Amino acid sequence: MAMLSGAQILIESLVREGAEAVFGYPGGVTLPIYDVLYSHPLRHVLVRHEQNAAFAAQGYARATGKAGVCMATSGPGATNLTTGLVDALMDSIPVVAITGQVPQALIGRDAFQEADTFGISRSATKHNYLVKDIGELSQTVHEAFHIAVSGRPGPVLVDVTKDVLLSNADYSDEQEMEPLRGYRLTDDPDPEAIERAVEFLWRAERPYIYAGGGVISSSASAELVRFSELLEAPLAHTVMGLGAMPTEHPNFISMLGMHGSYAANMGVTECDALIGLGVRFDDRVTGRLDKFAPGAKVLHVDIDPAEINKNRRADLGLVGDAKPVLRLLNERLAETRTTLGRERREARLAWMEHVRAMKRDHPYLYEESAEEIKPQALMRKLDQISGGEAIVTVDVGQHQMWAAQHLRFNHPRLWQSSSGLGAMGFGLPAAMGAKFACPDKTVIAIVGDGGFMMSLPELGTIAANRLPVKIVVMNNNTLGMVRQWQQLFYDKRYSEVDVASFPDASLLAAAFGIAGGSVTDPADLDDALAHAFDEPGPYLLNVQVTPEECVYPMVPSGGAVNEMILQPEPEAAEAVAGD
Amino acid sequence: MQQLISLLVENKPGALMRVAGVLTSRGYNIESLTVAKTVDPTLSIMTIVAEVGEDGRDLLIKQISRLVNVIKAVDLTDSRAVRRELVLIKIYVEEERRPALLTEVEIFRARVVDASPKAYTIEATGSPDKLNALIALLRSYGPIEMVRSGAMAMARAKQNKLPVPSYTEAALSEG
Ligand SMILES: Cc1ncc(C[n+]2csc(CCOP(=O)(O)OP(=O)(O)O)c2C)c(N)n1
Ligand SMILES: [Mg+2]
Repeated sequence: MAMLSGAQILIESLVREGAEAVFGYPGGVTLPIYDVLYSHPLRHVLVRHEQNAAFAAQGYARATGKAGVCMATSGPGATNLTTGLVDALMDSIPVVAITGQVPQALIGRDAFQEADTFGISRSATKHNYLVKDIGELSQTVHEAFHIAVSGRPGPVLVDVTKDVLLSNADYSDEQEMEPLRGYRLTDDPDPEAIERAVEFLWRAERPYIYAGGGVISSSASAELVRFSELLEAPLAHTVMGLGAMPTEHPNFISMLGMHGSYAANMGVTECDALIGLGVRFDDRVTGRLDKFAPGAKVLHVDIDPAEINKNRRADLGLVGDAKPVLRLLNERLAETRTTLGRERREARLAWMEHVRAMKRDHPYLYEESAEEIKPQALMRKLDQISGGEAIVTVDVGQHQMWAAQHLRFNHPRLWQSSSGLGAMGFGLPAAMGAKFACPDKTVIAIVGDGGFMMSLPELGTIAANRLPVKIVVMNNNTLGMVRQWQQLFYDKRYSEVDVASFPDASLLAAAFGIAGGSVTDPADLDDALAHAFDEPGPYLLNVQVTPEECVYPMVPSGGAVNEMILQPEPEAAEAVAGD
Repeated sequence: MQQLISLLVENKPGALMRVAGVLTSRGYNIESLTVAKTVDPTLSIMTIVAEVGEDGRDLLIKQISRLVNVIKAVDLTDSRAVRRELVLIKIYVEEERRPALLTEVEIFRARVVDASPKAYTIEATGSPDKLNALIALLRSYGPIEMVRSGAMAMARAKQNKLPVPSYTEAALSEG
């Protein structure tokens, strides 16, 4: 036992829980914490805006599966974190946020930089705490990490009053941690439920696997691949699921949903058994719900009981962690393969062939150009560079969808996208977090010209830490995705989407002391990319692409997924050419 | 429709806010909400009556259940649970009608808990329906003011079953 200040206990508790880096920004009430950090080995990364501390913590968490840690001061610091926390909540990413709060004696008196962080973060977190007693600090940090990473992961916020940070108490690493009475983790499904699921699976003639982020949270990639192989069933991923099954796997079809491939969406439409694994039947996946997998019976596996039957009624719901559930299923599938599994195998193989043929016949289409860099062509180039091995973070918009369509991922935890919240400004700070987590991996941030400007100040963090992330701005001079909707659904009345006054990338990079450049001519693209990736340090590459290009296929909002717009209307294509 | 929900929650700061938040963020109106400690003072039981669509009922219970401070959430809407409510009614009644009023109060097994020259204060408990009937009746005597506690509910004990050690959880489970 040693006598420590609250600030010291906080930091020691973070270290005890395995924190390797804290992304944060200091302020008045967190001064005691920063005074401890001054001489403490725990790494603190000074970001340039608290929102990016939360995004960077997510970048770390998405790359490792461990909780990312961010820190902010009271009031504006805490409110700046919220977007990143809601984002982590939507995508089920483990984050622990530490915020300072004004001294207890001042709470409720509209003190300087007081905000009701506990109240504000209620709906932005999986759980949150306000610590007013130093005796509870260590235990609270422990609970926060446990809650963040276990079950369905998510963000947890710990708000600590300044007087707690300044007071002293005994601290020891080995403390009895009380159990959380209201927080029960799901057990594995019982053998009977597994048996029913196995029967369900073998009864299918056209089984189709729809797998999402839950599989990645659960580190169940190997089990997922084996499951698909045993069942001999095609598999589509949600945006969150990309990389769980390697893109090159013969059973992998593509991403499904609003900008999913023709084959992925037709597969889901035609299947007779839909197996949802760690997914939540999000509206951007299902489109019009009653037309989604209309002829299919549904088996839904999720760790969160509240997801089963939320959007689509499951004929069979299995509550549990994807990894043990898939293991149990695989075991029984392997055992029954030559018995139960033989009955409908012919039909299943024909189905697999049919879906594969759709995939072959309907690749993601785009027109090549010698005059302009096509955004899809840029993604293909980046894919070649990555070879399915780089960590790729994206922002939100057209570039995000093109990247999802065209890049390969050989492993889980390589692809990072703000998927549920769709928060612009995510890509760049997430890449920072990922690079801190995985210094040996190539980290590429593919961002739009709009979203890049939202995260611009982080060039400062990247420069200060010489963080060798490669920032590729897919510059279409417009808020492309909004423009696309205006083009297709608002009669081309382009309203407030012109962000053409993009700064000169090499000057901008130079101003921050990092390398950078721009490329416009398709003939120069290879060289520009080679240059960017050969540079040992960070690089900002601005790639000027065709402005008027739409992401296809597209399921219009609220439409049925099999009613995709596959290609531009001829008339629209002319308009593109005429511009 | 009105959904009746009973919750066993940890008696911790923020627990009420979280539960209420699940309801309010969906735009459900909370008709009533009562909360107080159980025999175990670290736990509380909440009874909530809220206007929830038929589709939303099951999901709401699950989403409340997943809150870290919630130990158990039960939908008692269709159950035979004992439901009780307390009401305090101040009634301004003329001298000559008081005896008749007192007889009515008696019938409802309500009590006069305060009397002044102009008004009586009456306390009554019972099912919400019974209290509604009482209130309607009293209104015919004169202007009233009232405070209602909102419903409290307790699942009926299972037959042939002794109290379990975790009595607070038992209070929520259906018999
Ligand atoms: C914080 C935030 N504000 C607004 C939006 C709405 N929105 C979605 S995509 C988009 C356009 C993004 O433009 P850009 O970053 O240039 O990417 P592009 O679509 O052109 O690839 C906007 C404004 C959002 N997703 N997030
Ligand atoms: Mg753009």
